[in-house]
Amino acid sequence: MLVWTRRSRLLLWLAFGVLFGVVIAAPLAMVGLAAVAGTWNGVLPAEYTTGHLADAVSGDALASALVSVQTGLIASLAAVVCGAWAALAARSAPAPVRRVVDTVLHLPVAVPSVVVGLSLLVAFSQPPFLLNGTRWIVLVAHLVIVLPFGYGVVSAALDRADPVLADVAASLGASPARVLLRVRLPLLLPALSAAASLALALSMGEVGATIMLYPPDWRTLPVSVFAQTDRGEVFLASASTAVLLGLTLVGLLTLGAARGRAAER
Amino acid sequence: MTAPAVELRGVSVHFGRTVALRELDLVVGRGEALALLGPSGSGKSTALKAVAGFVRPHSGRVLLSGVDVTDAPPHRRGLGVVVQNYALFPHMRVADNVAFGLRARRMPRREVEQRVTEVLAMVGMADYRRRYPRELSGGQQQRVAIARALAIRPPVLLLDEPLSALDAALREEMLAELLRLRRELPDTAMVYVTHDQGEALALADRVAVMRDARLVEVGPTAQLYHRPRAEFTASFLGAANLLPVELVAAAPEGSDGSDGTVRADGLATVRLAGAELRAEPTGPLPAGTPVALGVRPHRVEVRADAGLPARLLGVQWRGTGFRLELELDDGSRLRADVSTVDGLPAVGERVGVSIPDGCPLVPAGAGA
Repeated sequence: MLVWTRRSRLLLWLAFGVLFGVVIAAPLAMVGLAAVAGTWNGVLPAEYTTGHLADAVSGDALASALVSVQTGLIASLAAVVCGAWAALAARSAPAPVRRVVDTVLHLPVAVPSVVVGLSLLVAFSQPPFLLNGTRWIVLVAHLVIVLPFGYGVVSAALDRADPVLADVAASLGASPARVLLRVRLPLLLPALSAAASLALALSMGEVGATIMLYPPDWRTLPVSVFAQTDRGEVFLASASTAVLLGLTLVGLLTLGAARGRAAER
Repeated sequence: MTAPAVELRGVSVHFGRTVALRELDLVVGRGEALALLGPSGSGKSTALKAVAGFVRPHSGRVLLSGVDVTDAPPHRRGLGVVVQNYALFPHMRVADNVAFGLRARRMPRREVEQRVTEVLAMVGMADYRRRYPRELSGGQQQRVAIARALAIRPPVLLLDEPLSALDAALREEMLAELLRLRRELPDTAMVYVTHDQGEALALADRVAVMRDARLVEVGPTAQLYHRPRAEFTASFLGAANLLPVELVAAAPEGSDGSDGTVRADGLATVRLAGAELRAEPTGPLPAGTPVALGVRPHRVEVRADAGLPARLLGVQWRGTGFRLELELDDGSRLRADVSTVDGLPAVGERVGVSIPDGCPLVPAGAGA
């Protein structure tokens, strides 16, 4: 503990409380209240209802929620697999190759997601890679956006990993595949889980690229929220956002529990 | 004739522009224990890694039991490896760690169980098979690492500074344990990398002294200790004082060295700080070669009033005795280990130093 006096600790907690309250808790509270608001003309809603939440888990809104969950799971799984693969491959490559891979895989972070969407539209609107108008282009966009985080987290974990473990495993007669499956990947589980959490959260909230690319049968929940807000259905949009938050939270808690179990060993 | 367990033929290892090992030739016989001894950066661990297949030689060949394995990956070499930080798999229990190599060989489950029980009993860890590595002490982890390496019954066991992460008491205990294992496994060759001469002397049949990526000298342990041929060996293995001396006469006494060389067939006469001493050349010493006398600190006698005149520069108490820092009248400095300082004058005063006959005489700068 760097702060020793009670007064200083209280001041710090207060500063943290204000910051947390303004930046995170207040917007979330507003979304929560709006999701159950019947009418809202004053500081707080005048009436409360569960009707918006019921609408948010039925019909088109429910379909969008399911699309978001599927997109998030597929994109995060693909990001973890591709990111781990790239990180492991880069580790055994010569230093210049590794630097190039590092740079290329981190580039999408610096590009606005709208630009990612536009680039994919240009790239995949003509044969032989005609993905425009299909759900695949949305999945590819999400993968491009979350892959750098999957790669970065696994790469950082590999930097801390002891390379001697793999050497010793090989000396005991384990083939490279066995070393990967029995030694390297199990040791990377906490990092893989963290990468999946980050990728899932990012994918669930992605709207910039998706709104440029989504086909009618693959509309994600953030796109629906955007459309609802655009139509002035603010309470329904809030209820849909609450559903989105709930689904993301369940996913993150599940991955967090897996990470906890892996880290305990 | 049986092929040696390990043979290195002109093995060089480069890391980028750095030469980590330079043209190493080395042979380890079946059942033999060879210590690779040297300071940090001497190339001893790199040599071991070249044998294990962890690094690829830039040039030269590595042979195991006469078979060229230079291009073979580690998992096709069948060696047991124990490293300094134990390298136990943290996500596996002790029994699974030990069984890892056996399962990789697809050994039947019952035999795996039997072998794991056997080797864990051998290293005294039978009661810890359900524990995770993090639940073990350093010494226990090292025992498990040794058990894991021995479980596959390798013809060669490679040990890379296996005791250096342990505290002094545990190190002693594990050294005794390794000696016991040596007796129990007479057919297993052992390559033991260490910077600790005590471990090398205790465990090895032969010692290879390394420095700056090169092999300085290799030979039977006692020979290297008592009759080092290189100045570096004398100083590193036994911490000898290296005193520059003048070669007066060849051996045996009476020969005048008129053929221009000094024969290594007996004791030679050398002059140190004006006094003549008898020393044992450990190899041919061509006339005119600068030579150094290797005198181990415990062989130096220090008295108040007799011997080579010297000045006492300092005294360190080391529990079991004292280490004295001395300076002879010709400016040479030396260390002496004595059991008592009773009767000796104070620091800064004059004392007498006696050096016994028969100390090794080596070419100055050899192996440097």
